[in-house]
Amino acid sequence: MTSDIENLEQIATQVRRDIVRMVHGCQSGHPGGSLGCTDYLVALYFHIMTHNSDFNMDGTGEDLFFLSNGHISPVWYSVLARSGYFDISELATFRKINSRVQGHPATHEHLPGIRIASGSLGQGLSVAIGSALTKKLNNDNGLVFTLHGDGELQEGQIWEAAMFAPHNKVDNLISTIDFNGQQIDGPTEKVLSLGNLKAKWEAFGWDVLEMNGNDMSNIITTLELAKSKTGKGKPIMILMQTNMGHGVDFMMGSHKWHGVAPNDEQLAAALDQLQSTFKDY
Amino acid sequence: MKKYTYTEQKDTRSGFGAGLLEAGRKNPNVVALCADLVGSLKMDPFIKEFPERFFQIGIAEANMIGIAAGMTIGGKIPFTGTFANFSTGRVYDQIRQSVAYSDKNVKICASHAGLTLGEDGATHQILEDIGMMKMLPGMTVINPCDFNQTKAATLAIAEFEGPVYLRFGRPVVPIFTDSDQKFEIGKAWMVNEGKDVSIFATGHLVWKAIQAGEILAEMGIDAEIINIHTIKPLDEKAILTSVAKTGCVVSAEEHNRLGGLGDSIAQLLARNNPTPQEYVAVDDSFGESGVPEQLMEKYGLNVDSIVKAAQKAIQRKGK
Repeated sequence: MTSDIENLEQIATQVRRDIVRMVHGCQSGHPGGSLGCTDYLVALYFHIMTHNSDFNMDGTGEDLFFLSNGHISPVWYSVLARSGYFDISELATFRKINSRVQGHPATHEHLPGIRIASGSLGQGLSVAIGSALTKKLNNDNGLVFTLHGDGELQEGQIWEAAMFAPHNKVDNLISTIDFNGQQIDGPTEKVLSLGNLKAKWEAFGWDVLEMNGNDMSNIITTLELAKSKTGKGKPIMILMQTNMGHGVDFMMGSHKWHGVAPNDEQLAAALDQLQSTFKDY
Repeated sequence: MKKYTYTEQKDTRSGFGAGLLEAGRKNPNVVALCADLVGSLKMDPFIKEFPERFFQIGIAEANMIGIAAGMTIGGKIPFTGTFANFSTGRVYDQIRQSVAYSDKNVKICASHAGLTLGEDGATHQILEDIGMMKMLPGMTVINPCDFNQTKAATLAIAEFEGPVYLRFGRPVVPIFTDSDQKFEIGKAWMVNEGKDVSIFATGHLVWKAIQAGEILAEMGIDAEIINIHTIKPLDEKAILTSVAKTGCVVSAEEHNRLGGLGDSIAQLLARNNPTPQEYVAVDDSFGESGVPEQLMEKYGLNVDSIVKAAQKAIQRKGK
C-alpha cells in the first residue's frame, strides 16, 4: 500500500507540473482549483475507478466521472492523458485554437474521456444522476463519481439535484465537493456563506463523509469507504477539504490564483517545487 | 383548393401522449421525465404501461434537463415533458450546455406553447421558444399541426439521433392529416398547390391557413399552402421552389414575429430570392389571459389575418 501511495503521489506531482505548464502555455486557465484537486483525481483514475482508456461514450460496465466545476479542466486533462485516453503531447494545445483540449471540458471536439460539457456551473450533479439512473436501468454495476466546487453550491440546480437523488435512492453515486473555501471574488464565507454543509447534505438525505483532499492515504481510504456504502439506498457526498493551489507555495490558500496564469518567473518557481517524476509533455 | 375535412377534434398534446406510448412499445430505451405536469402532457398511458421507465422529477426543470442529458449516456432516449415556457426559457442554459453543445439525444417535448394556452396568461404563454431553440447549433425544431401529425412526429423523433425540440399545444383542434402518415423530419408538406401566393404555416396556424385558402379561392386567389412542421432544419428547397412560382409570401405562426418561422424564411429568401413577405405572428408583445380564440383574434393570428396578409403580399409583388 505504501508503495501504491508513493506511486500515486509521484503521478500527482507530474500532473501538477502539467497544470502549471498548461496554464502558463496559454496564459489563461484555472490553476488554483486544479492543483487543489489533483490528488483526488489521480486517486480516482489510477486507483479507485474501473475504467477503460479506449474511450466509449456509453461506458457500459465502467465507473464514470463527471467534472461539474469544469474550469478545473487542466487537472482532468492531464489525468486523462496520463491514464492513456489521449497523447500527453496534446496537453500543449490547451485553450489554443483548433484544439480538442478546450478551455472547459467539451464533447464537441470528441476528446476521449469527456462525456458532457461543463463550465456553466451547477449542472453536473443532475447529469451524473441521469447516468446513474441509466446504469440502474441497464443493470450495470458501475458507479458514478462527480466533483463540484464549493462556490458552485450557490447554484440553485445543485439543490434540485440534491433533493432528487435521495428521494429516488440513487445509491450508485459518489459525489465530492472541493471544499477549499475560495471562489473568484474571495472566500466563500464572504461572498455567500455556505453554512454547515455536512448538516445541509445530511438533511437532504445523503450519506456524508469528510476527507482531506491533499492526503493521498486519506483519499484512498475515504473513497474505498464510500464505495462500500453504495447500494444501500442513499447517495454519498464527500466533503473534501483542499488547499487551493496545493503544491505551489505562493499559490496556496488564496482565491487570487483561481483563474490567473503564472508568468515565466512564477512558472520556474513553481516547477522548482514540483520535480519531474515522469516525462513532461 | 384541395378540400380538407375533419370528423374529430383533439389537442396536439394528446397526439404526443399517444406517440410516446407507441414509441415506448417500439423501443425499450425510450424513457420519459416530467416536472409535475403528467396530466397536462398526457403521459399517463406511458406511465401506466412502463412505470419503471418514467421519472417524476418534481418542479425542477433544470434538474430534469440535466438528468435527461445524463440518461443518454448508456443509450436511453429521454423524452422530457413540461410546458413550453418551462421547457425552454427557464432552462436555456441547461439545454445549451448539457444537451445541444454536448450533442445529447434528448427529446424536449413542450406543451401549452403560445397564446392558445389561454386563461393562465402571459407568464405561461411563451412566444419566443422557437427562436431560442432554433438558434442552438444542432437542435432540430418541430411544430406539428394536429393530433395525427404530433403523434407521427413523436414516433419519428424517437428514431432520430440528436437533440430535438418538439412543440405542441393545449387547445382542441381539427384532425385533418392522415392517421397513418409518415413523418419526415425536415420535409415540408404540400397542403395545397397554388400559383398566386405561398402561405407557409406551422402548428395551429396550418388549419387556419387552409380556411384562409378557401376564402381566397372564392376571391379568385390561388394560394399555395405549405405546412412547415420542421422549422429547423428548414426545407429550403420546398420554400424556394414555391416562391419561384408565386413571387410572394405569407408566414403564419403562433410565435413572436421576431425569431420565428417567418424570420427563418426571410433569411433564406434574402440570401437566395428576395421576395415580398407578410407576417402573421405576434408583433413583439407578450400575451394575456383570455379564451384561446379571443386571443388569436386580438393578436392577429386568425383566418382573416391570413387572408389580409395574402392580399397585401400579392399587391406588393413586382413593386
